[in-house]
Parts: sequence; C-alpha cells; structure tokens
Amino acid sequence: MELATMQILWYLVLCASVIFYTMLDGFDLGVGCLHLFAKADYDRRIFLNAIGPIWDGNEVWLVIIGGALFAGFPIAYAAIFSSFYTLLMIFLAGIIARAVAIEFRSKHESRAWRSAWDIVFFVGSLVITWGAGVVLGNLILGIPIDGNQGFHGNFWAFINLYSVIVGFLAVSLFMLHGLIFLLMKTEGELHDRLRNWIKPSMTFFIAMFVIATLDTAHTARHMLHRFLDHPWLIVVPVIMLLAIINIPLQAKKKNDGFAFLSSSLAIMLFFCLFGIGTYPYILRSSINPEQFSLTMFNSSSSATTLEVTLTIAAIGVPLVLAYGYFIYWVFRGKVKLDKSSY
Amino acid sequence: MDVVFLSRIQFALNITFHYLFPPMSIGLGLLLVIMEGMYMKTKNHFYKKLAQFWTKIFALFFAVGVATGFVQVFAFGNNWADYSKFVGDVFGTVLAAEGIFAFFLEAGFLGIMLFGWERVKPRVHYLSTILVTFGAHFSAIWIVIANSWMQTPTGYQIVGSGRGARAVVTNIWEVYFNPSSMDRLAHVLIGCWITGSFLLISIGAYYLLKRRSLDFAKVSLKVGLIIGSICLILQLISADVTARGVAKNQPVKLAAMEGVYKTKEYTPMTLLGFVDSKEKKVVGIKVPGLLSFLTFRDFKQPVQGLDQFDQKNWPNISMVFQSYHIMIYAWVAMAILAILAWIFVYRKKLEERRWLLWLLTFAIAFPYIANTAGWFTAELGRQPWLVYNVLRTSEGVSRSIVANQVIGSLIMFICIYIALFAMFIFLLNRKIKHGPEAEEREDVVYRTPFTGKENQ
Repeated sequence: MELATMQILWYLVLCASVIFYTMLDGFDLGVGCLHLFAKADYDRRIFLNAIGPIWDGNEVWLVIIGGALFAGFPIAYAAIFSSFYTLLMIFLAGIIARAVAIEFRSKHESRAWRSAWDIVFFVGSLVITWGAGVVLGNLILGIPIDGNQGFHGNFWAFINLYSVIVGFLAVSLFMLHGLIFLLMKTEGELHDRLRNWIKPSMTFFIAMFVIATLDTAHTARHMLHRFLDHPWLIVVPVIMLLAIINIPLQAKKKNDGFAFLSSSLAIMLFFCLFGIGTYPYILRSSINPEQFSLTMFNSSSSATTLEVTLTIAAIGVPLVLAYGYFIYWVFRGKVKLDKSSY
Repeated sequence: MDVVFLSRIQFALNITFHYLFPPMSIGLGLLLVIMEGMYMKTKNHFYKKLAQFWTKIFALFFAVGVATGFVQVFAFGNNWADYSKFVGDVFGTVLAAEGIFAFFLEAGFLGIMLFGWERVKPRVHYLSTILVTFGAHFSAIWIVIANSWMQTPTGYQIVGSGRGARAVVTNIWEVYFNPSSMDRLAHVLIGCWITGSFLLISIGAYYLLKRRSLDFAKVSLKVGLIIGSICLILQLISADVTARGVAKNQPVKLAAMEGVYKTKEYTPMTLLGFVDSKEKKVVGIKVPGLLSFLTFRDFKQPVQGLDQFDQKNWPNISMVFQSYHIMIYAWVAMAILAILAWIFVYRKKLEERRWLLWLLTFAIAFPYIANTAGWFTAELGRQPWLVYNVLRTSEGVSRSIVANQVIGSLIMFICIYIALFAMFIFLLNRKIKHGPEAEEREDVVYRTPFTGKENQ
C-alpha cells in the first residue's frame, strides 16, 4: 500500500475512534452532567446503574484515541499533548475523579459520603465534557505553534470565547444524548418525570448550537472553505439538521430508541463536519496555517508502523465491536436494581 | 528546579501509584478464575460466595487502577513530547495494541463480572471472569514489551538526524521479542500472582485471628498459600534468568545493582550494605565469587564493573543498589513466612499461632515492596537513558512546557493520590471488616440532600 493511502486510512481509524468515543462515552458523561438534577437517591442510583456495566468500556475509546494518535501520528501527538498541557491535566483530574466516584459512591452507607461523591461525579463529568469541547474548539481555531512544533503561548491561549462556546455546546449535546439514553433505560414514575426534561435540554442544546454555528462563521471562517469549493458536501449538515429535528419528534412519539439513534447520528455528523473543515490538518498552526500546521501527511509514523497498526486494527476492531455488542445486549432493557447494583 | 527533574518526579509518582493496583487485578484475577472454577466444578454455593466477595475487592482495585492508568497514556505526550516523537513509531504501536487487545476485554467484560451474576448463565459469567483476567494479563504483556524495548531496543533503525531523528521499525517481531521482553514479562507476571496470593493469605489470616468466617478464611488461606508458594519458587528461577539477561544486555545496570565498582575475579555479591559513592566502594557483608557464579556459573570469571564504563553513563548507584536489595529482602521475607505457615499447617496448629497469623496479615506489604522496588531497579538502572544507549532522558522532555506547569500538575497529582489512597484504604478496610457474610445490601432509608424528603 502507498504511504499516503495508509496515512488516510489511519486518519479514518482515528476519526472512527473519536466518533465511537463521543457516541458511547457521550451518553454516560451526559448522565453525569444530569446527575445532580435528580433529587432522590433512588433516582441517582438508577442513573448510575443505567451506565454502570458499560461506562468503563465506553471510556476505553478515549485510550484508543490517544494510542491511535501516538502510533499513527506521533509528531502530532507530541505537539498536542505537550501544548495543551495544563488543560489536559484538568481533564485528567476530571477523569480520575469521575471514575472513582462511580465506584466509591455506593460502597458506604452514609448520606454525606454519597452526596459528596454525587457532586464529584457531576463536576467530573462536566469538566471532562467541557474540556473535550474546549480542546476541539482550539483544534478548529488552531494554536500558536511554529515550524518545529514549538508552542508560543500559555494556558490562557486556550480559554478563548470560541472554544468556551464549543465546550458548552459539547455539554448541551451530551446532556441531551444522556437524557435520551436514560429514557430508554427507565420506567414508571421516574421515566415520566424525565420526559419533562426533554424540553429544557433541547432548548439549551439548540441555543448553544445556533451560537456556535454563528461564531464558527465569524471566528473560524476557514471551516467553511471546503463547503464553498465542494457545494455537494452541504448534504452533511442538512442530514445533521434533520437528525437533530428528529430527536424531539421521536421522543414525543415515545420512540426513545429512534430518538437515541438520531442523536447518535447527529454526533457522528458533527464530527464529519469537523473532519471536512479541518482536513488534512490534525493540528492547525495559528501562526502560519499553510506552513507550520501538522497534517496527516507530515506528522505520521513510518510505512512499516502504519502497516503493523492497520493490521492490529483490522484484527482488533471487529473483536472489540463484537464483544461491545454482546455486552450491550446482555444489559439491554430497563434498569432494575438488584444485589449487585451500585 | 528544571523541567527534566520535575517531569521525572512526576512520572515516578504516577507510575508508582498506578502500579499499586494492576498487580492485584492481575493476581487476584487469576485467583478468581480458580475460585469460580471451583464453584463451576462443585456447584457448591460456598465457592460462589467466596468468588463474589473477592470480585468486589477486585472491582475496587480495578477502578483505581483504570483511573490512574489514564494518566500514563497522557504522560508520554504531556511531559515527554520529544521522546514520543522519537519513539512513536515503535512505542506507539505497542501502546495501541495494548488498548485494542487488552483494555476492551478488561473494561467490557468487567460489567458482566460485576453486574451479571443474575443476568447471565453461570458459564457465561465464568467466561467473563476468564476474559477480564486475560485482558489484565494482555495489558501487562504489551506494557512490559514497550518498557523492555526501552531497556534493550532492537528491530529499529534511526532515520534523520539531530532533533529530527526518529527510531523507525524495521522488524516488528524483533521489537516485540527484544532480548529482555520475555524474561521481564515472566518476572512481572509472577510478581503479580504473588501479590494476589498474599492478599488471600493476609485476609484469611485476619479472619482466623478474629475467629470469624472460618470456612471462608481457611479456603482463602489455603488457595493463597498454595499458589503463592509455587509462584515464590518460580520467581527465584525467573530472577536468575532475568539477572543474567541484565548482565548480558545492560552490564552497567547489573554493576549498579550489586555496586561492582572494580572489575576483578571472584566478583562478590553483597548481601547487605551501603554504597559509598564518594570512595567508590560498597561497605557490607559480601560473599566472594557469588555474583560471578550466579552470572556465569563460574566463581572466577569477573563481572564487568563500573570502571569499564564512562561515568556519565552511570545510573544513581546507591538507589539502584538499595532498591534491588530491598526487592530481594521482600522475597526472602515472603519465603520465610510461607515456610513457617506450611510447617504449622502440616502440624495442624496454624490457627493457634496468633503471632504467625498477625505476621501473615501484614505480609501483604511484602509483595508491594518487592513490586515497587523491582520497578525502581529496572527504571533507575536504565538512567541516564530513556531508550538504552540511544536517547538520553534529558533529550526526551517536552520543550513546550515550563517548570511552573509541571509543579502545578505535580501538586494536583499529589493531592488527588493522597485523597484517593485514603479513601481506597477506608473502603477496602470496610469491605474486609464487613466480611463475606454481609453481602446482602442493607436497605437504608435516605434523606435526599436537597429536599429532605425520605427516599429509598
């Protein structure tokens, strides 16, 4: 295989991992962002047990993103991780806190203990979601790196209005996604109450979506260039809009499964938009985009490594999807608390 | 303080804290496979309870292990960007393989293992336990391969020069099966199994002391003692093979481990001592010719001393020497305790020897000391190289970061780890004090934090 073909293939593997991550961990992070809105301990236990058996597997996609970037595009991996240092440290703190909160919360019968972990779980989920959005926003805008991947800036360079807005867009999207997941997993009185949450969370999402879109047209205009060159690409955002509109329609008809598929599709197309806008950049340089940016072609590992990793992915990914499917199938249906629950 | 030093401290802190947890997941996983296997075979509910109790303990270790493991994936790019660029071709491949072949297996089937008792057939549950344990072992395999490549790099060539230089894979099988990977893998895995065994021994002994859950305690103690003893013997063989590999592939490291400053015939082994790095000698109890014999099966043949190597390529001799010896002492302590335990088991008097039961209860510290000291020996012994004889540690650090950033994150990690460790011990202690009988969840009525309304 040609080197360029393998570079593109590995980039697609990377994109697929990002999409799987946001579709899957997206809903359990969303459940975390909704956690404190549930007032009763029973409700919170249902929330936790809805994601309990699967969240860990979902989060592994994040490791895969890191590993895939490291293996396929080590130069981009090194530049991104060292430049985004402080932001990623906060992100890591969120990951650690959230993971142990889920496990620790139900191990001790005390109200204060549980409330404390509820807050940690909520804040952790929020920080991870928002942080991921901020990283994405900065990847869209570009960061100040020179031709030797030297970074000219500090932490505050990342906290710009555009990225913060993308961060909140991510929060609103995951909240919606998580809510629909909960609708699928709950029944009875709690389920009916959750149904009333659709309207506010849909409103929050639409508001963020509109703001982010307008700001992209204003601040990150380069994201639109490819659409002007290839107008047929407009089908992607059109389908995305249809998917978004379909979410409340399906939820109203109580087709929660279809609503969930719609929000998953919307997330997937969000990333297609991101990919179309940023191609072939992995890390855009805001100093000189044409010369200093890291693309999938100038930051990849060697042909041998790409060949090995593509082989690993070709064997591994079908396995991963097969047991992922099996585990979701085992835990299908409404959540019921039993002895082994949180 | 410079970024290299701070980043080294941070990496050491992260990996040391992280490495408190995976060995237990690996070792306890294997023992869970054995215990649940006994349930599958006998259909005796007692074994199911046993397995369920230990599964909950397993979950606690696993959760913290995964949470802290995330830090490692980030750490290479965060603090060691130039290293990542240099070795991404080789190292990245192995890490990606770990992710795809190990983590999904572990994290995925853990759900069934923890929550699936009532949902799936016993056979499917047992299969999940086996798969999670496999996953934990795979994870160790890949990570030890990656680390071993840094110790004894093969199967690569360097392209480019200066800061643009990169190691590129020429033969992936040589990368996987580099000269030290299989020796070190065996050494690490046996260490993990010993860790799991000693947890069973420790908690079994504790219950015997407290005269409770006696059947449970006896079975745990017995399983732990049998597997633990076998592994302690295996570890001795593995240690011999590994050390001779180090002598061959990383002679400076071996010289540091034993503090051999001068090359001479009948090289002694120091049983106990300290390194006087100013005078360049080791003071202590020595057995002449022992190191020569262990290395070459010949008392006379000299082991290469530090004088054969440029001093700028020496690691910190004293630290490597002491960690290596601490690892050995921990093994000796475990071996003595195992022998004592067997003697009293044979005389059917173990339950009456309270002093021994107390010692066994606290014996869980020894595998931890051995694991940590072992990693220290391996990692400090590789210094000043990141990739042995290829890339120096000072060349691998990120140039985009400044000392303040690392200090900030270091403080953050210290706070998180102290809090995490305290709560982990609190919960583990509670689980053990509650014991296997208290498995039925007590239904407590809670007041909700916001409304004060009573809820179940």
